[in-house]
Amino acid sequence: MTAYLKLDHIDKVFTRGNATTEVLKDINLTIEKGEYVSIIGHSGCGKSTLLNIIAGLTGASTGGVLLENREVNSPGPDRAVVFQNHSLLPWLTVYENVKLGVDKVFSKTKTRAERDAWVMHNLNLVQMAHAKDKRPSEISGGMKQRVGIARALAMEPKVLLLDEPFGALDALTRAHLQDSVMALHQKLGNTILMITHDVDEAVLLSDRIVMMTNGPSARIGEVLDVPLARPRKRLELASNATYLKCRQRVLEFLYERHRFVEAA
Amino acid sequence: MNMPVKKMEMEGIAPSSSVAAPVVAMTPKRPPRSEAYARMAKETAVRVIPPLVVIALLTLIWELVCRRAGSTLPPPSRVFKDTKELIFDPFFDHGGIDKGLFWHLSASLQRVAYGYSIAAIVGIALGTLVGQSVWAMRGLDPLFQVLRTIPPLAWLPLSLAAFRDGQPSAIFVIFITSVWPIIINTAVGIRNIPQDYRNVAAVVQLNPLEFFSKIMIPAAAPYIFTGLRIGIGLSWLAIVAAEMLIGGVGIGFFIWDAWNSSHISEIILALFYVGIIGFVLDRLIAALGKFVTHGTAQS
Repeated sequence: MTAYLKLDHIDKVFTRGNATTEVLKDINLTIEKGEYVSIIGHSGCGKSTLLNIIAGLTGASTGGVLLENREVNSPGPDRAVVFQNHSLLPWLTVYENVKLGVDKVFSKTKTRAERDAWVMHNLNLVQMAHAKDKRPSEISGGMKQRVGIARALAMEPKVLLLDEPFGALDALTRAHLQDSVMALHQKLGNTILMITHDVDEAVLLSDRIVMMTNGPSARIGEVLDVPLARPRKRLELASNATYLKCRQRVLEFLYERHRFVEAA
Repeated sequence: MNMPVKKMEMEGIAPSSSVAAPVVAMTPKRPPRSEAYARMAKETAVRVIPPLVVIALLTLIWELVCRRAGSTLPPPSRVFKDTKELIFDPFFDHGGIDKGLFWHLSASLQRVAYGYSIAAIVGIALGTLVGQSVWAMRGLDPLFQVLRTIPPLAWLPLSLAAFRDGQPSAIFVIFITSVWPIIINTAVGIRNIPQDYRNVAAVVQLNPLEFFSKIMIPAAAPYIFTGLRIGIGLSWLAIVAAEMLIGGVGIGFFIWDAWNSSHISEIILALFYVGIIGFVLDRLIAALGKFVTHGTAQS
């Protein structure tokens, strides 16, 4: 087993004045190349903090992140993030939003025409080429998130980080987008790390599910393999025994052993 | 594909179409030209008529009040009679300060253009610094808060002492008056840039210069333009006052000069122009802001 992405004894302590809060405690995780890993946990358990640490947007208090055996501690396009609220720049068109990253990452390796083609290629991957000249305010929430995914994919990241990417979408759009992400993963073989609080989403999409205990001092409580063959079909899985068993395991973890006591 | 589209257009233009193809429903029916004009005229009328009525009423009251014998101010009819030459010939130039109103106004506008441009550049730069750096804010903000309360004219003697000339002093007064709202609004805009945008910039690895031009300025643009708009209003306020003191060509001194020669009607005419130009300047900056920030205001 080759460790492509390795989280090595990560602790995170927030200090505010005299008060210190330990958010994450001793997080160890290795992710293989091409793997789809979900991190699930109740809100406030620090899963978004963990993603920010991997992305380099927040520093770990101790421990570190290794990508291909190299420590990474600042943000970069090799760990592109799809943000929860899409975070498209509203003054740029869909095309320009994707191009922003492409221009930086491929400024030396691709010509202008190649970069343009690459932007369009990625917009095509998420079926958003038709809206390339629209501004974010003119497209729907699901479409914005598609563009967010295209922007991240276009940077050719080594690891794609998804921060609750479907959280703000309605159920139908969410299902549609989940299928799209599954298809992209199948096609491109990206390594993906996704933060979620949706059990079905985690089981449907992931190869492994990392379950986090409640904070403060959240740890990895359990890691569950999801031995379901790909490509996965949402409808067929609904009655699949393995699927149901995995789902059951996650539900038990979240609602029995690590119930969220204080309602958020 | 082209054929049906063409056909639909032709149907739209044709006065009566007997062919009711199902595709017709797809295109929004274009209302006849005359109808569109009628609607436009109506919309304009709704906006223009009320202020016109109010202006007419106020003028009437003014006329009635000032017409009586012993009135200190001239009624509108007198104002018009006295200033007819100034209104219809704004371009005369008899040398010295005996010039048409156009020259006075353009001299004032020129001073405002210089002072305000410097204020915009300095204000946005300082505002960015203060918005971006906590230490710059802690150091400079108290200073700004005190300095911005100093009335524009209080700066004039000091700048006259420093520059020993009217022109740069007036420009300095414009600058120092309009720079504060630009600084403060820019700083607020920069401070309010959502963390999300900063994260995007960090992941994409924009360098500081790219971050400034591609994220900061567009994200803070609505705030910056609020500051610019307040700034242009203040500089127009300041120039009239400053020119009264420094003399020379300029609408401010024109008013002062008219007062000294008891031409009250000329003062009223000048005030009218000052108001109109202030309004136009404000609208210009607002329109520029609207043009630049299209898409930024909503997210």
